[in-house]
Amino acid sequence: MQSSIEERLTKKSKKAKLETFGKSLSFICIAFIVLVVISILYFVASKGIATFTQNGVSIGSFLGGTDWNPSGKGADGQPLVGALPMITGSFLVTFLSAIVATPFAIGAAVFMTEISPKMGKKILQPVIELLVGIPSVVYGFIGLTVVVPAVRNVFGGSGFGILAGTFVLFVMILPTVTSMTIDALNTVPRHYREASLALGATRWQTVYKVVLRSAIPGILTAVVFGMARAFGEALAVQMVIGNAALMPGNLVSPASTLTSILTMGMGNTVMGSLQNNVLWSLALILLVMSLVFNIMTRLIGKKGAMK
Amino acid sequence: MVENQVQDSHIIQLDKKEKKLALYTEDIHVYYGQNEAIKGVSLAFEKNKITSLIGPSGCGKSTYLRSLNRMNDEIANTKITGKIFYRDIDINAPEIDVYEMRKNIGMVFQRPNPFSKSIYENIAFPLKRHGLKDKAKLDEIVETSLKQAALWDQVKDDLHKSALALSGGQQQRLCIARAIAMEPDILLLDEPASALDPISTSKVEETLINLKEKYTIIIVTHNMQQAARISDYTAFFYMGNVIEYDQTRKIFTRPKIQQTEDYVSGHFG
Repeated sequence: MQSSIEERLTKKSKKAKLETFGKSLSFICIAFIVLVVISILYFVASKGIATFTQNGVSIGSFLGGTDWNPSGKGADGQPLVGALPMITGSFLVTFLSAIVATPFAIGAAVFMTEISPKMGKKILQPVIELLVGIPSVVYGFIGLTVVVPAVRNVFGGSGFGILAGTFVLFVMILPTVTSMTIDALNTVPRHYREASLALGATRWQTVYKVVLRSAIPGILTAVVFGMARAFGEALAVQMVIGNAALMPGNLVSPASTLTSILTMGMGNTVMGSLQNNVLWSLALILLVMSLVFNIMTRLIGKKGAMK
Repeated sequence: MVENQVQDSHIIQLDKKEKKLALYTEDIHVYYGQNEAIKGVSLAFEKNKITSLIGPSGCGKSTYLRSLNRMNDEIANTKITGKIFYRDIDINAPEIDVYEMRKNIGMVFQRPNPFSKSIYENIAFPLKRHGLKDKAKLDEIVETSLKQAALWDQVKDDLHKSALALSGGQQQRLCIARAIAMEPDILLLDEPASALDPISTSKVEETLINLKEKYTIIIVTHNMQQAARISDYTAFFYMGNVIEYDQTRKIFTRPKIQQTEDYVSGHFG
């Protein structure tokens, strides 16, 4: 029997109940994700800080020290846990690979969006997507068998080092930076281009002065994103960088990054020991840095949007 | 009433000897892939007059306008055949320097599209791109073109503010100012007032009427009253053809073709 409109108005219908159910379901999912993230942050932070609170290592000697030998002790009786070589190594490969990759990425993106969008969509886009999907161990393997000997032949030394790491990371982040730059260029409204062309500007002037200029926030975001990826990459870098915890004196001598020392050391330490805690401290640095990169992309995006 | 075939058309021929022509086209066809958007349009545009192109949506009037300064070149899969004569040169020929040509045949679009730069830079930027460096000269051109676009009095104190802070109507007049700063011969306008409110529209119209002393204006419009108010000639487009082209008052009072009459009196379209 059909209930009256008055009755139905004051009662919750089946649809309304479904609505509430859906809402709470999605809320539970997001709460779970937030919980996971927070617990990871808490876990890494508490473990990472233990080096300084439990083992009494000073933050200065951790961040500024250049001797890395957690199982040994220095002349002053303090453990040798200077992480500066790895921090330097990480930043070096990150910045160098980003510097090398950015011009290539912008060039490729301009070609694919402005010069030959048809070929770009048909051939180059799938190629780039393929490059993104290649597992990092494959990149590392190629780096080990191709890049390292090449560096050795051209620059001397063992071939392992920052330079080899830079080359491998350059190839690894290139597709990411390129495809994000393409997205950035594609979001430049078509009427900007038309405005410029209709005023008699050449295609190059339009690309250089209008399209690239207004895509700068997007391109910067792409570069920072690529840097975040380079900074966090472990396996491929570990395979080519040489893994010597020494301050990199030049680009072709063996060095190490935060990630490579982490992957090398994590199976060989006992939970709760200094050797283990100090690895967590390295992980904390990685985490904080990826947070910084994240915030950077957000800030850049915001600044670009305000224009 | 809808007919797919053109049965009849009435196109006045403007004689080169009697009237000064700014631009004329011969048998323009535009193809988007397989689709023929313009099916052989030959029109002549008199100098220092306003010609409006009217017709229902999808009739090809914008396409035709955009092919006049070859903005359709930028769209993939587009083919344009036929001849467009400007100063007795066929500007549809492949060897034409389109960038030089677009300096002389400027365009203003439906949506105001200022660059996200200051008001001053919006006008000075293209001039600088074309090699004008003299600051005093730039200042002068910015001022005169803003005056011609009837915008100077409203913006003269904040020339260095962002152009995006202007109202829609002001932005559109800025775009007109930017186009005329290049001192083109011909100004093409693609529904310049369709995104504007009535007051802004009437200001833009005023601007256009004042501008025709110096420029030849070809304008696409959906607004019949606008065509009647401002233009000297009107071309009625339908399904890629020009059905009727005549002096505006004749089109709106005594059209020769039934379809035109139906359209201008609001019976279809």
